[in-house]
Amino acid sequence: MENKTNASGDTPVLTNGSAAAAIFSAALGCFVLAILALLADHSALIKSCLVFYQPTGPLSGVTTVAILLWLFTWALLHGRWGKKIVPIGRINAFAFALLALSLLLTFPPIGDLF
Amino acid sequence: MTTRALWTLVHGMGFGTLYLLACSGGLLGLHRFTSVHAPLDSAPGQRRFVGFYLVTMALLSWAAVLTGAYVIYPWYRAAPPTGTVDLSMFPQHLLMSSPATKGWHSLGMEWKEHVAWFAPILTTAVSFVFIRYGRNLRNHRPLRSAVLVFAVVAFFAAGVAGFFGAMLNKYAPVQGTDAVTLNHGK
Repeated sequence: MENKTNASGDTPVLTNGSAAAAIFSAALGCFVLAILALLADHSALIKSCLVFYQPTGPLSGVTTVAILLWLFTWALLHGRWGKKIVPIGRINAFAFALLALSLLLTFPPIGDLF
Repeated sequence: MTTRALWTLVHGMGFGTLYLLACSGGLLGLHRFTSVHAPLDSAPGQRRFVGFYLVTMALLSWAAVLTGAYVIYPWYRAAPPTGTVDLSMFPQHLLMSSPATKGWHSLGMEWKEHVAWFAPILTTAVSFVFIRYGRNLRNHRPLRSAVLVFAVVAFFAAGVAGFFGAMLNKYAPVQGTDAVTLNHGK
């Protein structure tokens, strides 16, 4: 991993890319889960497609797809950003927005508005 | 105690409650260890301990959601055969059968079954970032903020799941007929 030094030049400072990849992909994973839950709730076709394990119903597909997309995005972004310094302020803001939307969309009174 | 009640106990009081109890320690450890005011010469094992603590939290949250979704939830949502009058073995249908308890499913379970998954996803990300960066997070204030926000949201998500889990189990417990005998009392 590419290391830099901090302002005082004494402590090695890691680049922020790999953490940014973990943060952004986790927020995206939560958002995908919320969107899939919403879609499964509103479409019989999507609901039936997301039944991966009959006893658990569509929840099995919603969570499996979200987790796979989260891990895939994480691996992809880690490969691209891992050794770089990325604009963490913008990535954080986007991740927080996705997380806030995820929380809102999974709250039934709000999800039922759509 | 029935097998189903035992699994509910393992899921809720075991994995779920242990995770919730661990949250305050995890947040405190993250905050203190990565603060700019934290002493640089802390014990060498401290970083390893906080990392181990966070990984344990992540494992607990994964165990809680996986047992919830794949062991207990199928019992909760099982459909009763046509003409069933006693719905006590079908918690979702029992709750939905009365306007007084319908909300515990339509709000409680509907929210809990999805938001609970945020906890393991976010806690895994927090653990990864901490293990990779450790005290270096003090030099990355936006990353430190993100880690702390994620940890708080994970705590909130697990809290919602825990609260509704307890309430659902109070009004419509997942129960079965096969008993697990823990104690042959006199």
